[in-house]
Amino acid sequence: MSDRVAIVGVAQTRFSAKRAEVNYAELAYEAIERVLRETGLEIERDIDNSISCSHDIWDGQTISDIGITDVIGGHLRNEEKMAMDGSTAVYYGAIGILSGEFSCTLLLAHTKMSQTNRNIVNNDAFDPIYSRLLGFDFTSAAALQAGRYMSVYGISKEQIAGVVVKNLSNAIRNPKAQNSGDFTIDDVLRSPVVSHPLREMDIAPDSDGAVAIVMASEERAREITDRPAWIRGIGSCYDAHYLGDRELARCMALQKASEMAYRMAGIENPRDEIDVIELGDEFSYQELLWLEGLGICEPGAGGRLIDSGVTAMDGDLPVNPSGGVISGVPANVMGLNRAAEASLQVMGKAGEHQVDDVRIAVAQGHSGFCGQHHCVIVLGGE
Amino acid sequence: MKRSVAIIGGGQTYHAVRRHDVNQPELVNEAVRAALEDARMSIDEIDAVLLGNMEFFEGQHMTDCWVADSIGCFGKPGLKITTGGTVGATIVAAGVHHVASGLFDRVLCVGFEKQEEGDTNAILSGVAHPLYGRSMAGAAVGYFAMMATSYMATWGAREEHSAMVAVKARQNARKNEYAHLKLDIAVEDVLNSRMLAYPIRILDMCPASNGACAVILADERTARDRCEKPVWIRAMDTAHNEQFELDWRDVTTGRPIFSRVSASRLYKKLGVKNPAAYFDVFEIYEPATWAELVWYEDLGLCRPGEGFRLIEEGATEIDGPIPVNPSGGVLSTNCIGASAMLRIWEGALQIRGDAGEHQVPSEVRRVLATAYGGTNWTVLTALSKSRDD
Repeated sequence: MSDRVAIVGVAQTRFSAKRAEVNYAELAYEAIERVLRETGLEIERDIDNSISCSHDIWDGQTISDIGITDVIGGHLRNEEKMAMDGSTAVYYGAIGILSGEFSCTLLLAHTKMSQTNRNIVNNDAFDPIYSRLLGFDFTSAAALQAGRYMSVYGISKEQIAGVVVKNLSNAIRNPKAQNSGDFTIDDVLRSPVVSHPLREMDIAPDSDGAVAIVMASEERAREITDRPAWIRGIGSCYDAHYLGDRELARCMALQKASEMAYRMAGIENPRDEIDVIELGDEFSYQELLWLEGLGICEPGAGGRLIDSGVTAMDGDLPVNPSGGVISGVPANVMGLNRAAEASLQVMGKAGEHQVDDVRIAVAQGHSGFCGQHHCVIVLGGE
Repeated sequence: MKRSVAIIGGGQTYHAVRRHDVNQPELVNEAVRAALEDARMSIDEIDAVLLGNMEFFEGQHMTDCWVADSIGCFGKPGLKITTGGTVGATIVAAGVHHVASGLFDRVLCVGFEKQEEGDTNAILSGVAHPLYGRSMAGAAVGYFAMMATSYMATWGAREEHSAMVAVKARQNARKNEYAHLKLDIAVEDVLNSRMLAYPIRILDMCPASNGACAVILADERTARDRCEKPVWIRAMDTAHNEQFELDWRDVTTGRPIFSRVSASRLYKKLGVKNPAAYFDVFEIYEPATWAELVWYEDLGLCRPGEGFRLIEEGATEIDGPIPVNPSGGVLSTNCIGASAMLRIWEGALQIRGDAGEHQVPSEVRRVLATAYGGTNWTVLTALSKSRDD
């Protein structure tokens, strides 16, 4: 990318199972107010575009950005809502600034999973003719993917459980995390089966929360902060809808999205050049599979990768030092939370879960069951 | 914007109240194929695919994922935006940003709605705030009834005036092969049609249509190499009103309002002094007859309170001095996610001279397209035959 765009401010609510005392606009405002205060920006004066990520069906309101038009600064101004994972807000925000149309964009993702039933919402994402009536939800679809992945490559249930143990342990050092703790592989394998082979602890819990980010053009970024996280590359890609049309043990869409982002960022060897990764481990096995899609290891080598300790907090390439989605981050918010955490790592502001010497961080998010759409953001320091 | 952006192709479905012959992916595929054929392009030449749609209207969550294969974004970058009635134009704005950013040269934008698979009035009532507004929500009909009574009481317009708008739209639609409601009606037919909420009668309202529209946007080099009649997107502007501005249906409101704010910003960008003279055709988003009269005024085609005079004089007829909605507009076809894109695509057809029977008789160099949705939201698009003017 010839022109530069940066993330200049990040704010997140604490993630918790139920925030009954706020509606979704009030929840969103917590994050927005904090990011404005932290960056010293004012909506009217400084922000010229805003993008939110949420779904009407989760929010319980048609055209649900109506509910946040005022708090996001959309009144009589430019405001767009993407019905996708939050990572795409960063992707589209960067494109808007690169177009020359905007110089400072406010991004928001918010969802209160506590006010809706995830199984019903997820079931509505399956086509109404052939697969919805089978009773599918994202968990049962993910179980098919996990089973396929394990059988094709011989990934063990212990290796998958290892993701949960690692991420919940990382989450202990993240004050925003909903769930955390020192668990063993046995703890994970003793938790009840929800949809074979996925157990309760393999599945991200329901969560309420919001994330806000401010992005700016290079000129504005320099004025706002001395520690911006520069967008080095962005990529996105769709896979086919029907599970039977996909090779579930591979992730073509993530490979293509990451190739696009790496090409832009000039990354030739992701395993060596990337210092930290925050990815969407909505289900435990996805961390291993997505790492293969991101080109960190060969297809099928995800199990060996976690066994080697490379992705641990003290490994060569820490993955999800924040605790990841498995520690509790709402649907739709997941990807913006990944981008926020990756930015904090680049800025050196991740606090107790800061990884040393981060020059390049990658954030990944996905929409749709079994990761039908993937989005990859490469972030870097100066 | 860093790069100029042109519409190099487009297409639409035949719009209808029932499309039992196709499912949602098949419906949008019709528009995508038409757009690719119009641009003489294969899907392999498209760099990114963007979708606009309101998923509640057809009872499907993540419609982009379901229709991914049929709009050609398998293996390609893409995204989905949902901003209500404006989304068809918002997705074109997203396409403009994609091309202008320099990262993409050829972008396919798709908008659709298959309303027969949901309950449009119930869903539109769901727009209202769940605590403060929903118990009195009257969907679109209730909103426009309040706008209409305010307009009539303030300016002295009569039901006959809105009926003239209804007649113009449906008579124009008869010249548009793709339009949904092609009705050979007169003013009396409108005044005798069923009352929904005073003074809105059934012929004052748009239909709930099924349909899709697709346009292909490109950078200047592609446009000049590949397209004989590129239509340039000169400027776009978006304004959303927040939901608690309860005086937004009062036509005398002195507060800044979405349509006027957006129009004044767009005109300033382009140096427009007299919009009625500057633009040769207007394609506006009028879900109800009265909204068209209010748009005339908000866009500055006449002074406040004079909108109904324009329709009385026939000024906005297809062969009038200020043609508005030669396509038949939203009053004749409303497939929500596609409607705002249809305004832009119909504008492009007028500039190309390809609108067929509903081509306005005078020369068309510039067109203004509007969108309308949410709690008073709009996206305005200025199109031109020339890149620089």
